Amino acid sequence: MADRPMIEIANVSKFYGIYKALDDVSLTIGEGEFFSLLGPSGCGKTTLLRSIAGFETPTAGEIFIDGVPSLALPPNRRPTNMVFQNYAIFPHLDVAENVAYGLKRLRLSAQDERKRVGDALDQVRLSGLGQRKAHELSGGQRQRVALARALVMRPKVLLLDEPLSALDKKLREEMQVELRTLQKAVGITFILVTHDQYEALALSDRIAVMFGGRIAQIASPKEIYQRPRTRKVADFLGGMNFLKAKVLGEQGNAVSVDAARFGAVNLDKPQGFAATNGHVTVGIRPERLRLLWDDDRAPHELAGRIENRAYFGEVTHLTVGVDGLEQPLSLVETNSFGADDLPVGAEIRLAYDPEAFVLLAEDPPVTRV
Amino acid sequence: MTAAAFGALADTPSSGRRKAWMRSEEARGLALISPTFLYALALLFLPVLIVIAYSFWTQDYLDIDRTFTLENYRQALTEPIYRDLFVRSLWISLTVSIVTVVFSYPVAWFISFHGGVHKNLWLFLVTVPCWTSYLLRVMSWKVILGYGGVMNTGLISMGLIDKPLTSLLYNSNAVVITLVHSWAAFAILPIYVSLQKIDRTLIEAARDLGDSRLKAFLRITLPVSLPGIISAFLIVMIPTVGDYVTPRLVGGKDGVMIATAIQAQFGKAANWPLGAALSVTTMVLVSLTAAAVVLALKFTVRRIR
Repeated sequence: MADRPMIEIANVSKFYGIYKALDDVSLTIGEGEFFSLLGPSGCGKTTLLRSIAGFETPTAGEIFIDGVPSLALPPNRRPTNMVFQNYAIFPHLDVAENVAYGLKRLRLSAQDERKRVGDALDQVRLSGLGQRKAHELSGGQRQRVALARALVMRPKVLLLDEPLSALDKKLREEMQVELRTLQKAVGITFILVTHDQYEALALSDRIAVMFGGRIAQIASPKEIYQRPRTRKVADFLGGMNFLKAKVLGEQGNAVSVDAARFGAVNLDKPQGFAATNGHVTVGIRPERLRLLWDDDRAPHELAGRIENRAYFGEVTHLTVGVDGLEQPLSLVETNSFGADDLPVGAEIRLAYDPEAFVLLAEDPPVTRV
Repeated sequence: MTAAAFGALADTPSSGRRKAWMRSEEARGLALISPTFLYALALLFLPVLIVIAYSFWTQDYLDIDRTFTLENYRQALTEPIYRDLFVRSLWISLTVSIVTVVFSYPVAWFISFHGGVHKNLWLFLVTVPCWTSYLLRVMSWKVILGYGGVMNTGLISMGLIDKPLTSLLYNSNAVVITLVHSWAAFAILPIYVSLQKIDRTLIEAARDLGDSRLKAFLRITLPVSLPGIISAFLIVMIPTVGDYVTPRLVGGKDGVMIATAIQAQFGKAANWPLGAALSVTTMVLVSLTAAAVVLALKFTVRRIR
């Protein structure tokens, strides 16, 4: 994260009647940062993005863009530009006219304008398509036009509202790489709204996970994946084995718990941690559990039996029943060693690393109507 | 089966092809539209052809002389009375269609953008005047614009004038006012439809790229809704050129339009070929004017940047 804040959101709330779309949201986004707002649909991420752009007026709070309090400013007076989910390409204009749309206000000479439009089209690798009409473009090309049209304005902040959700998987992955490269090249703040956790993990410097109009956690992709603060965050970011554990003792910032068959585990206390009746929830990611073959030995082992399996090409997802655990464990094995050939019912051994456990705080109760 | 089928096809290729065609999309499509098509042919196309044919013939007392002549067109285009009527008819219909579109656009825009959940109610209200007879609607304007009418008594009681204005009724202004009112609903609906189809994020995108509300309207809403404006314009202009009832009832002698002259030729004057020539000339003139206006509109809107 860069040192200078570019966007400061201070206690922003948005109510639609009694429905809270945003509930006291505060966060700071740095200059040149690639920041993602991640959450399920209806979590308020788009409302927050549209509030930054100026299309929604929060009921309370303030938004500072580059230090300027901006709530009173209409969208056309903010140094932000947006890439819309459906791209909003102007149908009556060709590609070059679309890209030049915002430049008209600057009254550049025809030559300068052509140069800036050309540069922007080069940037998104659409050179030479300036004369195409909107309806002659593919989905990927429309997205590039929308990007060029926003970037040509040289905004301080680029807002992206689920820009990749309309593309097919392969193109989406290609565009993810391109977006990241583009952001590094132009060096401005990008704020991406997405419900795709892989997209957020792959692209962002930091991610804010939102539920029910509130921010559940803000952290780097690695931290948010490996050290989710609450059960919901952990669940949203991928598979997780949840276990009920008994608190054995607390010391400063560390807690020692009895994680059923996994034995005693020492864990860091998350922010807002509180045990209920001496019990807590701990989690371990499926890929942190490993199958042991034949004579393999590991310091921490557990015996179980395969209850179910699902083949995913490069990996197999296994569901393993372990005596003494309420829920079967799920684990992900690469198919390099033949995990896809294991029959249901096979007796197996698992290795785990006690360091890989995370202690999860309870989620705040959902207060919205 | 295949061998036999191939044999049959080889023997009678044309019948096989015909059978295939009978089952094709195209054949089914034609079959579906044929009743309408025949209806249009019999009641639209043929009458126009007959009118065109008549326009090249001559009235010979009670008979029609069927030798080809351009005499009717010479009269239609050179006689000062007809020239004046053509000019006035085109002028009135052009004014009516421009005024109607200008008044209808804000109404349609309001319903589409700010109609909320009551859009259908608003549209319904717009069509309410059309429920009464066209004649009644025209007559009611006589009550409003007349010597002792609503307008004059209103203006007198407000103290703006001391004696009734006679310039309200029985002139071309009265024709324009009445026609604008009669045709408003027909202009509002196509404009509304084209506004309704506009993706609202286009306007947000324009605002995001630096446009004020007004600029975004001029640069996005207006050009994207142009097809609706053009159809509204044509829907109003084409029928009003030939309107007969309104000029007859509220136009007085200054409001006479070409339809009255055409009616006279087919009626009292009993010169059908001249009436036909006047009709054909009207059709050609209105098509040319409409085309010119459409091109001018497209050109003007393209100039807004």
